[in-house]
Amino acid sequence: MDSVIEALPVYLDGFRLTLYLAAISGALSLVLGTVLAAFRVSPLRSLRLIGTLVVEVGRNTPLTLVFIFFVFILPGIGIILPLGTLPAIIALTVYTSAFVCEAVRSGINSVGIGQAEAARAIGLGSVQTLTLVVLPQALRTVVPPLINVLIALTKNTSVAAGFAVVELTATGRGLARDYPADVIWMLLGVAFFYLVITIPAGAIAGSIERRVVFSR
Amino acid sequence: MDDPIENRGGDPTAAGALGDVLVELRHVNKHFGQLHVLRDIDLEVGQGEVLVVIGPSGSGKSTLCRAINRLETIDSGTILIDGVPLPEEGKGLAKLRSDVGMVFQSFNLFAHKTVLDNVTLGPIKVRGVKREAARKQAMELLDRVGVADQAAKLPAQLSGGQQQRVAIARALAMHPKVMLFDEPTSALDPEMINEVLDVMVQLAGEGITMIVVTHEMGFARKAAHRVVFMADGQIVEQATPEEFFTNPRSERAKDFLSKILTH
Ligand SMILES: Nc1ncnc2c1ncn2[C@@H]1O[C@H](COP(=O)(O)OP(=O)(O)O)[C@@H](O)[C@H]1O
Ligand SMILES: [Mg+2]
Repeated sequence: MDSVIEALPVYLDGFRLTLYLAAISGALSLVLGTVLAAFRVSPLRSLRLIGTLVVEVGRNTPLTLVFIFFVFILPGIGIILPLGTLPAIIALTVYTSAFVCEAVRSGINSVGIGQAEAARAIGLGSVQTLTLVVLPQALRTVVPPLINVLIALTKNTSVAAGFAVVELTATGRGLARDYPADVIWMLLGVAFFYLVITIPAGAIAGSIERRVVFSR
Repeated sequence: MDDPIENRGGDPTAAGALGDVLVELRHVNKHFGQLHVLRDIDLEVGQGEVLVVIGPSGSGKSTLCRAINRLETIDSGTILIDGVPLPEEGKGLAKLRSDVGMVFQSFNLFAHKTVLDNVTLGPIKVRGVKREAARKQAMELLDRVGVADQAAKLPAQLSGGQQQRVAIARALAMHPKVMLFDEPTSALDPEMINEVLDVMVQLAGEGITMIVVTHEMGFARKAAHRVVFMADGQIVEQATPEEFFTNPRSERAKDFLSKILTH
């Protein structure tokens, strides 16, 4: 227990990096995932195809493989990414976007088709129809599953530990090595810091959900 | 086919202004899978004309309406609005749709926007009208359809009849060349039907070109220049309202009228 306190600064470094990975990849995934969802409901076949392709690849590939692709395979074919957090952020974003896309898409589908038809009937283009009419109404159903996706992302950042990124899990592994007598405590410490992110996220999800339900 | 102008009853001075063809369908065909829903439709609607489309359920009336602003694509034939063929997709299509007002059976007001914002959205985002000017116009339109006092409410707080009148105001706000109505009163409780029909009769009197799918004979008699009877995806007959309701020529129309009259 004391050694956890003693290791606090080390934890905090790892925690900061985990938070950073989750925040950056989370924000990027929300944007990319929403764009992909727009692709998937686009009137243009080619865009729908691209959207479907990215989503199916992202959803059906284990995250570790996605990491391997960006860390080892891409450099192998001559595209070199600087080591460190960038490949991790890209891998996490590509992977998470697929899930964001599916959450947003199911939200879009929950909005009645008549809303989009009425929007198009007054002359709004497909992007305006989506951003002004459909997405604002989809938000209500989309927020809870999105928060779940972001919570999963937070935990998924730990995969980066295997790829030379010393985030929270890698930190815990190091600490377990440095304090062999307190391995359990050290790992509980790691778990605690993940909860510091995910429990408030869940609470925020709950309160947003209640708020949007009321405002209807 | 019949010349629409000859079939027009009503005010002869209005008819004088009705010269040009505004909406023209030529050999329009549409399938849903195996089902042939529009069979070689030829139809012309004149400037200022009020056309009522009537026919049994499933005869293709909604599809016809939706094809005119390309909410449904057609398989063959041409649809011209003001002499211009319907654009395929993109900007041109959006522009065309802004010139064709549509009122749906189920109102389809934007559920997350107030009544006022429902009416101003198109003018602001499509026409680039300034917010203040759009609001002023919207309030005038809402006043005209009798729901100005509901402007700040959300659609869900309104009765069906009020919602449909807002939907009419929303369409009018774009200053459309033609208004399409697809059974605008079918989803309404009986006591609300007249408040919507009254607004439509008023619009007809103002010379707005209207294509109205409805079974409301009272409206057809009061406001329509011509009635088109559809069955199985075809235009079976067309006549003035008086002629059609008192003396239908085809068996299909006689049969159909006897059914709706017994209700
Ligand atoms: N999106 C669709 N997909 C398949 N069939 C459809 C679709 N919309 C309409 N139909 C069919 O086309 C026919 C004509 O429909 P519709 O135009 O709605 O008729 P109406 O408005 O006269 O009742 C009906 O048989 C209907 O079931
Ligand atoms: Mg119909």
